[in-house]
Amino acid sequence: MTGLPPDVGVGFKPDHHAAIRRAPSQMGFFEVHAENYMGAGGLPHAQLTDLRADHALSIHGVGLSIGGPRLDAAHLARLRALCDRYQPDSFSEHLAWSSHGAEYLNDLLPLPYTPRTLDLVCQHVDQVQEALGRRMLLENPATYLLFADSSIPETEFLRQIALRTGCGLLLDVNNVFVASVNHRRDPRAYLADFPLDQVAEIHLGGHAEEALPSGPLLIDAHGAPVADPVWTLYAEVIAQRGPLPTLVEWDNDLPEWPVLQAEALRARDILRGGSGLARAS
Amino acid sequence: MPAPAEFHAGFAAGLRGGELPPGLAACPAEAAEIARRFAVYRNNVAVSLVAALARRFPVIRRLVGEAFFDQMARIFIAQHPPHSPVLLEWGAAMPEFLSGFPPLARHPYLADVARIEVARGAAFHAADAPPLAPAALAGADPAGLRLGLHPALRILPLDFAAVDVWARNQPGAAPRPIDIARPQIALILRDRRLDVPVRAISAADRLMLDRLRAGRTLLASAEAAAATDPAHDAAALLLQLARDGALVAPADGVLS
Amino acid sequence: MTTRTTLGLGASLACALGMAAATTALAEGEMEKCFGVAMAGQNDCAAGPGTTCAGTSKVDYQGNAWKLVPAGTCAEIELPAAEDVTARMGSPEALMRDLPA
Repeated sequence: MTGLPPDVGVGFKPDHHAAIRRAPSQMGFFEVHAENYMGAGGLPHAQLTDLRADHALSIHGVGLSIGGPRLDAAHLARLRALCDRYQPDSFSEHLAWSSHGAEYLNDLLPLPYTPRTLDLVCQHVDQVQEALGRRMLLENPATYLLFADSSIPETEFLRQIALRTGCGLLLDVNNVFVASVNHRRDPRAYLADFPLDQVAEIHLGGHAEEALPSGPLLIDAHGAPVADPVWTLYAEVIAQRGPLPTLVEWDNDLPEWPVLQAEALRARDILRGGSGLARAS
Repeated sequence: MPAPAEFHAGFAAGLRGGELPPGLAACPAEAAEIARRFAVYRNNVAVSLVAALARRFPVIRRLVGEAFFDQMARIFIAQHPPHSPVLLEWGAAMPEFLSGFPPLARHPYLADVARIEVARGAAFHAADAPPLAPAALAGADPAGLRLGLHPALRILPLDFAAVDVWARNQPGAAPRPIDIARPQIALILRDRRLDVPVRAISAADRLMLDRLRAGRTLLASAEAAAATDPAHDAAALLLQLARDGALVAPADGVLS
Repeated sequence: MTTRTTLGLGASLACALGMAAATTALAEGEMEKCFGVAMAGQNDCAAGPGTTCAGTSKVDYQGNAWKLVPAGTCAEIELPAAEDVTARMGSPEALMRDLPA
C-alpha cells in the first residue's frame, strides 16, 4: 500500500457520477463510506469499479464502532472483503462508537478518555489492522459533550493509540474547529498538541451552527461549504506539515458537482502554497 | 469511574429516551447545557434512521404523508432497530409492521406497496451476473434450451393492485384510476442501466418464470404457461427479459 | 392437436430467440451509452439507506406519536398530509380516497 497521493479528493456520491465523467477528472482521489458498498452488486459497485479504474481510493468506515464494547467480527469480515475487492490506498475509521449490544445507533458517539478506554481502543485498532492486513488511519471526532471521567487530553489519547498500534491518524480540521468551539477551547492550542507527524490524511467539511444561551453549538452536519476559520486552520497545518491528502466531505443537502469540485480545488490551491482564495475559473 | 461496558450501556439507554447517563460534562457545566448537548446525539440517531427509512420507502412516505411517515418511523425504529451498520439491509420488517399498525388498518394495501419497496432495494443491491450473449440465444432449440434468471429478479404475488399504486406514485406519473382490490403479481428486476423497474405480470408469466427457474426447458416452461392460459404470449415475456439482461446462464451452467 | 400446438409454440419461441439475440446485441450498446447517466432520481429510491459520518442539524420533533395510536383516526391524520402532496405531485388525496379500505 503506497497511500493516497498528496492531493485533493472528495467524498463520492452516486448523484455526481455522471458529472464527474462528463470531463476529465481533476480529483486526486475519491473516498467512499465502506458501509454503502456492502451490498453484493449493482449500481454502487459498478460506479465504484469505474472510478477505481483511474483514481486513488480511500475507504472510510463509519460503522465499525472502534470505541465500542467489542468489535463485530462479521462486520470486520465485510470490511476485509471490500478492501480485498478494491485494494484501496487508505482505510480509515473514527475514534467513536456506534453499536451497543445488537443495536446499531447510526451516529459517531463520544467516549471518555481514560487508561481503560485507551486500552480498549488500542486493542480494537490492533484487531482491525490484523484482520485487514494493513495499517489503518483513525480520525479525531467532532464532539458535543465531555466526560467528567476523562483524564487524558484527546490529542494525547490519539498520540498514544498511534504509538501503541502503529496506526496513522486522519486529522479532520472541521472536527477540530467544531469540538473546540463547542468546548470553549482554542483550536490552535489543540492543533499545537496534535501529533501532526502521524497524520496521513486531512478531512475538511461544512458544519451547521445552533445558538445556545452559553454561546454557539456547532454541528458536524457536512451540508455546507467549508467555513472560513476552518480554511485558515487548514492552511496553517499545511504550512507546517507540507502537502497531505485532503478530502472535502459533503454528505447532506448535496450541491451540484461543480460546487463540490470548487471546494476541492480551493484546497488544492492551499496544498500548492496558495492562499485558497485566488483560483482558476 | 464506570467500566467501559457500563458507560456504553448508560449512554445507549439515554439515547433511547432514558435518563441521562452519569458523568457527562460540558462547558459551562450546567445541567441544562449538558441536556441540550446530549440531545444532539439523541437527535442524530433518530433523524438519521428516519431519513434512512424515508430513502428506502419513498412511495409509502408519499402515500401516508411526510409528517405521518416520520412519526411512524420512530415507532418502527423502536420496535425494529437496525442490528448491523449495513443499513441497506435494514427495513425488511416494514410490510408486517404496516399490517399491524392500527392507524393504517383501513389501508391494508400499504403492506404490499412496502413489499415492492423492500424487493426493489434487494434487487438494487443483488449480486451481478452477466446476461447471456446473443450467440447463446440465436438459433438455439427451445425444446432443449434452459435459461437462468438474474439474481436480482423477484416475483411478488400481492393481495392488492400495489404495482399500480407504486407506478402512480413515481415522479411524472399520470393520474389514473386504480382498482385496488384486484390482486397483482409484481415482476422486479434490475435492467441494463441498473435501474429497478416494477411491472405487473400475469399468472401464466409467473408460472413460466417459475418453471425456467426450476431448470425446465424454454419450451416446457412456455407450454406449462400456455396450459393455464392459451393466449399467453411467451415470446413477449422472453423478449422483455432479454432486453433487460435478465436471462443468464442456468444455475448448473448448462444451457442445453 | 397437442403436437400442432407444441410445434406452433416451438416455432414462435425459436423466432423470439432470434429477436432476443438481436435485442440483446442492441441493448448492450445502449448500456454503454447510458451507464452513469441515469443514476439519480428513481434509483435513489432503491439505493436503500446509506450511512453517513455526519451529524444532522435537522430537528427531531417528537411528542406527536400519540396521535398515531388511536385506531380509526388515520384518515384525519393522513388527509392533511395527502393534501400537501397533492399540491406538489398531482392528486394522491384522491388516490387515498379512491382506495377502499
